[in-house]
Amino acid sequence: MAQDNSSIDRRRTLECMVWAGSGVLWTLVGGVPQTSAVLGMGTARAQAAMGFSFLQISDSHIGFKQAANPNPLATLQDAISQVGGMATKPAFMIHTGDISHLSKPEEFDDAEKVIAGARLDVHYVPGEHDIVDEGRGADYLNRFGRKQKAQGTGWYAFDHEGVHFVGLVNVADLKAGGMGSLGAAQIAWLTEDLKGKSASTPLVIFAHIPLWTVYADWGWGTDDAAQVLALVKRFGSVTVLNGHIHQIMQKVEGAVTFHTARSTAFPQPAPGTAPSPGPLKVADERLRGVLGTTSITVRRGNEPLAIIDSALMKA
Amino acid sequence: MTTALDRRRLCAAALLLPLLTQRVRADEATVKIENFSFTPDTLNVKAGTVVIWSNDDDIPHSVVTTDGKVHSRALDTTDTFRFTFATPGTYDYFCGLHPHMKGRIIVAP
Repeated sequence: MAQDNSSIDRRRTLECMVWAGSGVLWTLVGGVPQTSAVLGMGTARAQAAMGFSFLQISDSHIGFKQAANPNPLATLQDAISQVGGMATKPAFMIHTGDISHLSKPEEFDDAEKVIAGARLDVHYVPGEHDIVDEGRGADYLNRFGRKQKAQGTGWYAFDHEGVHFVGLVNVADLKAGGMGSLGAAQIAWLTEDLKGKSASTPLVIFAHIPLWTVYADWGWGTDDAAQVLALVKRFGSVTVLNGHIHQIMQKVEGAVTFHTARSTAFPQPAPGTAPSPGPLKVADERLRGVLGTTSITVRRGNEPLAIIDSALMKA
Repeated sequence: MTTALDRRRLCAAALLLPLLTQRVRADEATVKIENFSFTPDTLNVKAGTVVIWSNDDDIPHSVVTTDGKVHSRALDTTDTFRFTFATPGTYDYFCGLHPHMKGRIIVAP
């Protein structure tokens, strides 16, 4: 019995090795993917011809007017302008939510207008700020969910060059005293979606609130994330990308790598270092050093999948 | 020149005025939203009281009762939300955006 298990493990590991971007390989090479605030977007040029890269932006908070950044549209514009300067064009972009600050039509309009400047397909998931319209997310679904053929409150999946991408919603129907929540309907859908997928298929799962508990006192986690992690356990390479906390955090657990991106609008304090997770005011000249985007490069070959965070300005 | 009728009206107004202002004061209570918490987190009021939530944070919050019957819009910085608690009882609520923020209104008859 034990022998059977180990042979399955070996086979699984070998399957994963076909895709070098596997979490298995990551843990073998020492775990945490490289992250640097000062690396430029140019890192994408190292991308092998066989692979592709995509860009993650998050928490643009268009409509925010407070001291931490009175003009988040300008910093979003800076982030989008960097895309044009990248040596290799990303295949597409994901936006991990809080596009707007208050779900107002003009906030969504402004964000979309600037983001369109990147000339990339954008796959969105909502943040809690994107579903506070009167219809509680109806406007978001019309604008961003429909073109993804999203289900429920806006979840969906798509494939790109053999990688399976899943966009989840963990900001709707939140329960008193809880953190982020996916809900039974979404987990049932995900169970069905992953059924029949080969364990060697690399998975990229993205959602607004972290899918691991970063800091429960501030609600920085997702109550039912463990059910998702159980579903993806058999996969050799799982990358989980989130936003919400406006700072870079990462963790590797077996074959699963968790990573949160910076905001393009304003930073938030490190867990427990302030009375609340509210916007952090930094000196104006430092602001662009603590905002940024994340580029994820997926390669077929024998190098690890790379997650590179880039600030809007060198710190 | 003041007529008897005018004097009576003035008297009535003078008597009523403090009653009215007192009534307004007694009927309102405020919950401050700051640093991602409701202060006070438990508020005792009499039936008919208008509770006013006022957001002092740089991030929007909302007021949602656990029974779903009260659901404010998202309150931006300095926005307020008023709700009249007509029926005695205990009302637990939370922030719909940050559900770890919880509060309670206890309405006495």
